[in-house]
Amino acid sequence: MTATATSTSATILPFAEPAKAARDTRPLRLITCGSVDDGKSTLIGRLLWDTKAVKEDQAVTLARDSGQQNDLGLPDFALLLDGLQAEREQGITIDVAYRYFSTDRRSFIVADTPGHEQYTRNMATGASTADLAILLTDARAGLLEQTRRHATIAALMGIRQFVLAVNKFDLVGYDRAVFDKISHDFRELALSLGVRQVTAIPMSALKGENVVYAADTAMPWYDGPTLIEALELATVRSTQAGGFRLPVQRVVRPGESFRGYQGTVAGGSVKPGDSVVILPSGTVANVKQIVTFDLVRNAAVAGDAITLVLDRQVDVARGDMIVSLDGQPMTGRHFDAQVVSLQPGGIEPGKRYWLKSSSRRQRVSVEPVSQLELSTGIWQPHASTLHMNAIGKVRLAFEEQAIFDPYDQNRSTGAFILIDPDTLNTVAGGMITAKRGEIGGIHQSQEGEGQRVLLSLPADLAEQIMASELFAARRDETEIKRMTARQAAEVFRDAACDI
Amino acid sequence: MPLSVQETEVKNPPVSRPPLDPHLKALENEAIHIFREVAAEFEKPVMLYSIGKDSSVLLHLARKAFYPGRVPFPLLHVDTTWKFKEMIRFRDEIAEKYDLDLVVHTNPRGKAEGITPFTHGSALYTDIMKTEALRQALDAGGYDAAFGGARRDEEASRAKERIYSFRTPDHKWDPRNQRPELWNVYNGMIKKGESVRAFPLSNWTEVDIWRYIQAEDIPLVPLYYAAERPYVERDGMMILAEDPRLKLLPGETIRRGMIRFRTLGCFPLTGAIRSTASNLEEVIAELEIATVSERQGRAIDRDQSGSMEKKKREGYF
Repeated sequence: MTATATSTSATILPFAEPAKAARDTRPLRLITCGSVDDGKSTLIGRLLWDTKAVKEDQAVTLARDSGQQNDLGLPDFALLLDGLQAEREQGITIDVAYRYFSTDRRSFIVADTPGHEQYTRNMATGASTADLAILLTDARAGLLEQTRRHATIAALMGIRQFVLAVNKFDLVGYDRAVFDKISHDFRELALSLGVRQVTAIPMSALKGENVVYAADTAMPWYDGPTLIEALELATVRSTQAGGFRLPVQRVVRPGESFRGYQGTVAGGSVKPGDSVVILPSGTVANVKQIVTFDLVRNAAVAGDAITLVLDRQVDVARGDMIVSLDGQPMTGRHFDAQVVSLQPGGIEPGKRYWLKSSSRRQRVSVEPVSQLELSTGIWQPHASTLHMNAIGKVRLAFEEQAIFDPYDQNRSTGAFILIDPDTLNTVAGGMITAKRGEIGGIHQSQEGEGQRVLLSLPADLAEQIMASELFAARRDETEIKRMTARQAAEVFRDAACDI
Repeated sequence: MPLSVQETEVKNPPVSRPPLDPHLKALENEAIHIFREVAAEFEKPVMLYSIGKDSSVLLHLARKAFYPGRVPFPLLHVDTTWKFKEMIRFRDEIAEKYDLDLVVHTNPRGKAEGITPFTHGSALYTDIMKTEALRQALDAGGYDAAFGGARRDEEASRAKERIYSFRTPDHKWDPRNQRPELWNVYNGMIKKGESVRAFPLSNWTEVDIWRYIQAEDIPLVPLYYAAERPYVERDGMMILAEDPRLKLLPGETIRRGMIRFRTLGCFPLTGAIRSTASNLEEVIAELEIATVSERQGRAIDRDQSGSMEKKKREGYF
């Protein structure tokens, strides 16, 4: 076998390079967005090839399966990537696949997702854990509606670093003006989505130009980084800002007197002596010890899997969250969120779902409010079922206290999935945007200090106003609660206290 | 395990080593998170223990995840009766040393019918002695979650495997219809009879495994290290020649040479490589300049492309 592998693959082998040093950062997770036509498989294949992540026998299998090489003597990279037989038969990538490669400086995990419109769900899945998105475009075509869609979804899922790969640049004669135009347009698009960290790179994935190796001869005017340099310099998802968060996964009681709370720190840091609150009960305690297998630690930070010991007997169970006394998360029964609908049945208004966030699982009902039109980036009023691949704003109503941070402040404690109680399948991924007032439902998700007016109207008059075009056009900004005259009076009494 | 915790303070940590680099630490944290989540959400988890290097890392992480408590589930070893002898010895030592609940299962039908890799070919043998045996053992134990050491970088069909991989009551995997998996929020809800395979090492690569073994000083079966051993060359593989059940075919002779194994399975189906790497440092050095993947020595993957996917659909790990 060894001998066979060597002889058949000698011409197409990447160079073997020695020893990689210990890495001083954790893996960078990224997602690639683009279609087959943009050369996405070729780009990922090129990354794996030029970083020597493809081994000899895999290359042989590849050569055997494809029976042909492209005109550069390289195997068909798409075959390397499309792992499942069904996909090879259909010639289409249909799900999320994960790829691994590394350089001397860092290792990378790539979520490889399909670029076709109907697969929003897969992109959302891949983007949920990504620190950075590579958006791929064909230099001849420039930015397409598809690029906007991908950028919008990536931004929505919390990605704040974009790399624009302007691919097939050899086919526009390495024309600098083409690159300047595309990268300018893309920067504008990214800014409109709130993304400021943007790197645009002209490249040819097929020829390997500006992917791992610089293309000084072909593009002497380009002084920016190669793709791999840009990835090496990217920052990993910033440690969650804000207070300490420990969602409790399980309670460990190996003996009569030891009781530890096990979980992964989802934000902030903790050290012995810190005062903490257990939510939702609100009980206060102090941290006594941070226990791990290796040593009793002086501190733990976001990402650490720990066992926390408190200084007193308190009631803590799975699903509770231990948080810092200062800077607590939001607790309540009503929240606003954005969701991506993942299954054919969609998300139905008023249906009771299971919601899982961190280690907490509880019942929730969901009311759609609006839906994002991906081609324009506009939210349209939409109160009916959110069909598969739809992105919607929804209101969540819980039967018990829920605990969240806004997703833009904490990608762990602000994220959730919805589970259908009938099929038990995961039907949505969601991101908390704000908490809503409990009784009057005073809307808190509007940014800034915009003025609001609370009206208390007879139901029939309210119906007429809500039926107007003017109202319908701005339905998303409004909030309606039906209640008795007595409840309304209470709301107004409470509201008056705040003013 | 005798409880080492007498009072509320944990005073004597079991080991003290230099801290892991951030890369390995991140992988370790993720694996521990998965272990704890599965143990909390499922009624009866089990850990598939194959005795190899990935299983050894998996076991180490399980011990870390539940410390200072005991590993709260049994280990299951599907014994085909064709494993390397050193593997079985190592398995029993580890179970004893760490006070683990070890369940060993061999397919009684395969045993009765005398199914061997030599007489029935690797495909049928694997189907009966590994895949069918695993299904029997999972059904017998009533396990609703099974940890495995599979990694996404191992083989193309595994690149799309979820961390919680859903299985039907007859253990089938449907790669076209997997549950979406977002963030680190795993859906552990299943119906009666259904189960989940959980893969805490999904995001590890082979180099990560070896560097972690080094950093954490994890014991391994010595077959991973080069030594002078007897072997026979057959079908382009070097097969270890120490078991009397290996009958030489016409023209075959037993040779001796410095060899080691990159993966461990059933000895008739696992090819050795020539190597002088006789300790961990040398193995890692060799690996970092390796140009063939670790599964290269596995007969099971070679029948045809997509053979692993087929086996997985039928319930193989």
